[in-house]
Amino acid sequence: MAVDTERTTPGTPRAPRRTGGLRHRLAERGVDRVLLLLVPALLVVILLFLYPMMYGVGLSLQPQKGGGMLANYRAFFDDPYQRDTIWKTLRLALPAALINVGVSVPIAYRLRGRFRGRRALTAILVLPVTLGTVLVADGLLRYLGPKGWFNRILLDLGLVDQPVRLIYNYWGVLFSLIITGFPFAFLLVLAYMSGIDPTLERAAATLGAGPWQRMRRILLPLLAPGLATTFVLAFVLAFSVFPSANLVGEPADETRVMAIAAYQSAFEKYDYSMASTIAVLMGAFELLVISVTLLVRGRLYTGPSAGGKGA
Amino acid sequence: MSIARSHPASRAASHRRGLPAGRLGSWITWGCVAFFLFNLAALILSVVVNSFGTSWFAGWLPQGFTTAWYSDAWSEFALGEVLQTTLAVTLAVVALSLLLGVPAAYALARRDFPGKRVVLLLLLLPVLLPPITYGIPLATVLYKFHLAGTMTGVVAANLVPALPFVVLVMTPFVEQIDTNVESAARMCGARTRQVFTRVLVPLLLPGILAAGILVLVRTVAMFELTFLVADADSQTLIVALYSAAFTPGIRAAQAIDAMAVIYMALSAVLLIIALVFVNPTQIVTQVREATAE
Repeated sequence: MAVDTERTTPGTPRAPRRTGGLRHRLAERGVDRVLLLLVPALLVVILLFLYPMMYGVGLSLQPQKGGGMLANYRAFFDDPYQRDTIWKTLRLALPAALINVGVSVPIAYRLRGRFRGRRALTAILVLPVTLGTVLVADGLLRYLGPKGWFNRILLDLGLVDQPVRLIYNYWGVLFSLIITGFPFAFLLVLAYMSGIDPTLERAAATLGAGPWQRMRRILLPLLAPGLATTFVLAFVLAFSVFPSANLVGEPADETRVMAIAAYQSAFEKYDYSMASTIAVLMGAFELLVISVTLLVRGRLYTGPSAGGKGA
Repeated sequence: MSIARSHPASRAASHRRGLPAGRLGSWITWGCVAFFLFNLAALILSVVVNSFGTSWFAGWLPQGFTTAWYSDAWSEFALGEVLQTTLAVTLAVVALSLLLGVPAAYALARRDFPGKRVVLLLLLLPVLLPPITYGIPLATVLYKFHLAGTMTGVVAANLVPALPFVVLVMTPFVEQIDTNVESAARMCGARTRQVFTRVLVPLLLPGILAAGILVLVRTVAMFELTFLVADADSQTLIVALYSAAFTPGIRAAQAIDAMAVIYMALSAVLLIIALVFVNPTQIVTQVREATAE
């Protein structure tokens, strides 16, 4: 690349000090010794992330049982037990992400101003992020189980005659995704919401807009790109559901998500080729949803959300 | 949603008081938050109560209370060793990711070079992709090189999301520092190394502290990668907890819950440390600057 720059740059036919001139011109384009600082980090990412990913893609194209390059992919889509994992993953991840983002908006709306206890409340809402999926799953088994407190309250209040079955099925996993995912989405939405200048809303109010109109015409359009980003991140978090699907779900049937299928291929059947195939497909489907969301986001308003003074 | 519902009833009232929206909507929102927090507290409390209970078949509380499950769990799950491993792995990941990540963030913040977008994408992907997606190929490669099941392998696997995370968090911090400060130091005769150790690191210390603590919290909670790579001798606390919870019946549920409480205490301590140094929204908004460009 460096040599190319030298050759294609017009007007310097004979540089007297060739290396010095080259270094100077490279430095003008931002390439100098400072970039060496980037090298160790990049090497680690390439060695531990890019190389294994490429290796995995290559492995997925070399099926253990033979049958051509795409045999694994064909086998995955032909087998309903494997194919349905895509649908089962999306059926959990999409509602979880939508609920987490949707519920966050009104709550963040109330919380954006300054008031006493704001920091404490935010801290409490961060707590489930640090609990992690395993602990939440364990807690759900105790709390929502047939003898847990939740069912006991419902029984004592006379709302139900028999304990509601909320664990070892779809609902348990969805609850665990909401508990771990909601604080995450909420804090992101809160950060975006705080970035919108409140004077814009006050200006709208001066011009006679009611609360609903202010929300719909001012706040939501300004918030929409941030909501799209939050949705992407919440979706990523929910899409990789693995421990809770195993612990509070029904991993053999209703919550057999792609991560479980990939894990079973790799560590129960020792078919690393098929496991890599599922991992690659998982990444592809996730990136598909992300790209669609970002495409929609690109059509939304992007501009300053600060006040008129350009602050 | 709640705002739409509240609108007709309280439009006039909210106008007069200058509230953003009506009272009813407010009540519904706070009710939802209270309901969520109530269930969350009950969930945590049921684990805690169960870990101290003797036996709990019916009724609101266990029949008696004991602390025996903690000593049981400590010896049965070899928690001393597990905690040591967790500590060693986490500290190694924090140290390595800071050592490699901060200089990289400096280069990314200060220079605009051809191919920068590719580098940024390469750093963003490990944060965006689900850990299982790259964890399985990574585990395969580590097994091939006989690194899986060792501490080195576990540290290497955890470095994959941690290092890009540090770079993405630190880049805005570096951008905030005026380049004139560096130029002034050079004018006064400081060499590159001195500029780093005497000028940049002290100025970046709040950012480095924040990034380090966030990596610490995330590595302790990182389940998937450690689970895929570790074996019985190199597992962290969260993986040990999963293994115990996934094979119910073999261990007493109370002993598992005792381990869960120990894990909870560990993350609570980390959370408190984190909150002292870090703004709460920062714990989750690590990739915001990068994705919202």
